[in-house]
Amino acid sequence: MFFSVALYTSLIIFTVGMIYKISKWFSLNVGYLSDGVSVGERVFSAITGIIKVIFSPKIMTVIKVFVMDGILQIRTLKEDPMRWVMHVLIYWGFMLLLFMHALEKLIIKPIFPNSCSTLNPFFFLREIFGLMVVAGIGIAIYRRFILRPARLKTNAMDIYAIAIVAIIMLSGFMLEGAKMSSYSAFEDMVSDYGVDESEIPALEAYWVKDFGTVSPNELTFGEDVLQQGKESHEAYCASCHSANKSAFVGYGIAKTITPVALIIDKLRINYYSILWYIHILACFFGLAYLPFSKMFHIFATPVSLITNAVMDKNSSNKANVVTRQAMEIDACTHCGTCSLHCSAMMASEAIGNCLILPSEKMACLKKLVSAQDLSDVELAAIQEGIYICSNCDKCTVVCPSGINLKELWLNVRECLIQKWLPEPSLLSPFSITRGVNKDFRAKKDYSKPLNLTQRAMIEKFLEFKNPEGVVNIAGKDEQLNIEKTFAYCFGCQNCSTICPVVKNYENPQEVLGLLPHQIMCAMGMGLFDVASSCKMIWDCLTCYQCQEHCPQNVKVTDILYTLKNKSIEDKKQELIEKQTCGKEAA
Amino acid sequence: MKTYTLFLGCNIPVRVPQYEMSAKSVLSGLGVKILEIREFNCCGYPMQNIDQKAFLLSSARNLALSEKEHLDMMVLCKCCFGSLKKAEYLLNEDAALKDEVNGVLAKEGLKYEGKTKVNHFLSVLFNEVGVNSIKEKIKNPHKDVKIATHYGCHALRPSKVTQFDDPVNPVLFDSLVEATGAKSIDWQLKLECCGAPMIGVNDELADDILKKKVSNALNGGADYMCTACPYCHMQFDNIQKMDSANNEKQLPTLLFPQLLGLSMGINKDSLGIGLNQINVSL
Repeated sequence: MFFSVALYTSLIIFTVGMIYKISKWFSLNVGYLSDGVSVGERVFSAITGIIKVIFSPKIMTVIKVFVMDGILQIRTLKEDPMRWVMHVLIYWGFMLLLFMHALEKLIIKPIFPNSCSTLNPFFFLREIFGLMVVAGIGIAIYRRFILRPARLKTNAMDIYAIAIVAIIMLSGFMLEGAKMSSYSAFEDMVSDYGVDESEIPALEAYWVKDFGTVSPNELTFGEDVLQQGKESHEAYCASCHSANKSAFVGYGIAKTITPVALIIDKLRINYYSILWYIHILACFFGLAYLPFSKMFHIFATPVSLITNAVMDKNSSNKANVVTRQAMEIDACTHCGTCSLHCSAMMASEAIGNCLILPSEKMACLKKLVSAQDLSDVELAAIQEGIYICSNCDKCTVVCPSGINLKELWLNVRECLIQKWLPEPSLLSPFSITRGVNKDFRAKKDYSKPLNLTQRAMIEKFLEFKNPEGVVNIAGKDEQLNIEKTFAYCFGCQNCSTICPVVKNYENPQEVLGLLPHQIMCAMGMGLFDVASSCKMIWDCLTCYQCQEHCPQNVKVTDILYTLKNKSIEDKKQELIEKQTCGKEAA
Repeated sequence: MKTYTLFLGCNIPVRVPQYEMSAKSVLSGLGVKILEIREFNCCGYPMQNIDQKAFLLSSARNLALSEKEHLDMMVLCKCCFGSLKKAEYLLNEDAALKDEVNGVLAKEGLKYEGKTKVNHFLSVLFNEVGVNSIKEKIKNPHKDVKIATHYGCHALRPSKVTQFDDPVNPVLFDSLVEATGAKSIDWQLKLECCGAPMIGVNDELADDILKKKVSNALNGGADYMCTACPYCHMQFDNIQKMDSANNEKQLPTLLFPQLLGLSMGINKDSLGIGLNQINVSL
C-alpha cells in the first residue's frame, strides 16, 4: 500500500513535471529572436522539423550523435577524461541498476523468466553496478570539493544531484547488508519455504557461518551440523539464493554491522526495515523532483546534442532556434567545462563578477527567462557578465551537452542591452562582434543601446558644461591609481594636434568635450570628474600617437584608460547607491 | 630554428581564420616550428577600457602558460601583441605587481617570472628567419604589384613598450613586403590607426577613419592594402565591403602571410584567399 501510493504519487508528479518543463521549451522567450514568434508556430515548426529529419539522411546523424555523444559521451572524454570516467560510471551504473534492479519485473523477468535478484549473475552484477555509481559519486565529490579546479563553481543543484544519488546508493547497500544479517528475514524465509522444524537449527548455523545472518540463538557449529545445514540449504534455498558472499558489498556490510545487527533488525515499521523506507523514498523523491532538478538533463542533453547536430545555422527556421535555445537552458548540467576554458575568465577574477563565466551565466539565465524579479544591480551584473565576452566561441566548442552557447549569448545579449540599463562595456572593443555583424547593423535599433550608454557616461560632463552650474572640486582630490605623469604637461598641445580623432572633426571640442591636452590640464587641476565624463575618453582609438609624441613623457593614452576604468567604476557605485537609497526609502 | 608558442587570440580562429591558415602554411614553409597551447585565454586588450587588473591578469596568464613550456611567444594579432607587451613591461618593471599577479596565477599552479619573450609574427619573420632566407623561398615574385603596408598602432606604439620598430620611420614591414617582389608604396596615413577600435562603439568615427585611409592609399597608387592584424583586416575587409556604396572603388586587402604565401607558391586554398570579403585577384 505504502509502496504503491509513493510510487504512483511520484510518477504523477514526474509526468506532470515533464509535461510542464517540455511545454516551457515552446513558451519561454530567450532573447530578442523570439519577438513575434508564437507558441503555435514554435510547436508546428518543431514537429515539421522532426518529421523532416526522420525522413532524411540526417537520421543517420541523429543515431550517430545519440550513440557517440549521448551514450558513450565522447565529447566529455575529449575534454576531461576524469570527468568522463566519473559520469560514465554514474550514468551506466545507474541505468543498469534501473533496468535490472528497479524495473526487474518489467524488463529482466520477461527476458529471463528464471532470473532472480538473489541469484547469480544478477546478485553479483547488482553489486558491480552499485559500486560503479558509488565510485562515480566519489570522484564527483573529490572533484568538486577537494580538487576544486579554478572557476568550477558548485551550486545548490549540484550538491542536490550528488546527494540524492549518494543517498539512494548508500541506503541500497545498507539495506542489502541489513537484510543479509537480519534474523527476521531468515525466519520469514524458513516459514515461507516450509523448512522442516528439525532442520532449522542446522540451517541457521550454516547461514550464520556462511551467509552473514546474525542470530539471537545459542547455536553449535560442529562440522556435522554445518554439513547438515548445507544439505538443507541446498534442498530449500540454493535454487533461488546464491551465496551471499557473491554480493560482496552487502556481505561486507552485514559482517561489519554484526554487533548491532539485532538492533537494526528491530528497526521496522509495518514489517519493512527503516532502511527500506529511506531507500524507497529517496528513489521516489528523486523521480518526482527529476524534472525540476539538474537531473532533467538526462532528457534535455541528448535533445540538445541531437538538435544542434542536425540544425544548420544558415537554413534553420527561426522558430526552431527560439525553441532550441529555451531547451538548451535545461540541457546545461553546470559541469563547468565552459568556464574552465573561458577566454574572459580573468576578468571574472579581477572584477569579481562570476556571471562572466559561461556556466554561471547559464544558471542565471534560468532566473532571467522565467521573469523572476531582478534588481537593477543584478541586471547590471548579468548584462556586464554577458557583454564581457571576447566571442572566441570556445565555450560552444567544448560544451559536452552540445549547447550552441555563442548564438545564445548573441541573442540574450542583444535583448538585454536593448531593454534596460546602459552597459559601459559596450564602449570597449568587445563591441567589434556586434559591429561586424551585418544583421545587427541593419537592425533599426542598432544604435539605441550605444546612444543610451554614451549619454549615461557623459551625463556629468553636461552638468559641468552648464555656464550657470557650480563645479564642486572640494573633496575631489582622490587618489587615482596611476603615475601622475599628467603633472608634467606644459600644454604644448602636441597630443591633441596628432590625435586622429581630434583631426576628424571640424569642431572637435563640441563633439569630444575635452581634447587630450585639456584632459591632462583638468587632471592637473584635480578635476577628475570632469576628465572622466568627457566624450573624448570613449572615442579614443588607443592608437598611442599622443603618448608616443609627448615631449614630456606624459602617458596620455594610459591615463585615458584609467579614466575610463574610473568612470565605469563610478557608474556601478552610483547604481548600488541608488538601490540602497531606494531600499532605505521603502 | 626556434620553436614558438603560437598565440592566436580570440578573433582569428572565429572571424579571420584565413590569417591562421596562411600564417601556419607560411611558417611551415619557412621551417619555423610552433606549439599551440589550448589553454590560452583572451590577451586582455578589450578589457583595458573596463578594468586594468582584468587586462593584466589575462595577459599574465598567457605569459605564464608560455613560460611553462620554456618557449617564447609568437603573436599574430597586433592588439594582442600590444597588450602582452604592455603586461610584460609592467610586470618586469614592478616586482610588487608581479607578486600580486602571481598570487592569483598560483591558484592554477602558474607563475610568470619574465623569461618568456613576446614577439609579433612579423618580427619573427624579420629577425629570426630574415629577409634573405625569405627571398630564397620566393617562387612567383609579385612584380608590379603595389602594396600599402599598414603597420598597426599597437605594434608600433608606445615604442618604449613594444620595441617593434622605429615608431616614426619603421622599415620592418616594408622590407618583408618587398622581399615578396612587390613594391611597398609611400603613403601618408601608413602609421595611423585603422579605426577598428571604434567598430561597434562609434561606427561613424570608425568609418570616417577607414574611408580616409583607403582613399589615401588608393591615391598613393596602392593595388592592395596589406595588414598583419585581425582587427585591421576586419576593418579593411569586412567593414569596407559592408560600407562601400555601389560603384565606389574598393581597395582589396591581403594579410601579409597571404601575400607571402602566394609568392612562395602555396595554393590559394591553404591561404584562405577565398575567405576575404573583397575579391583578391592576385
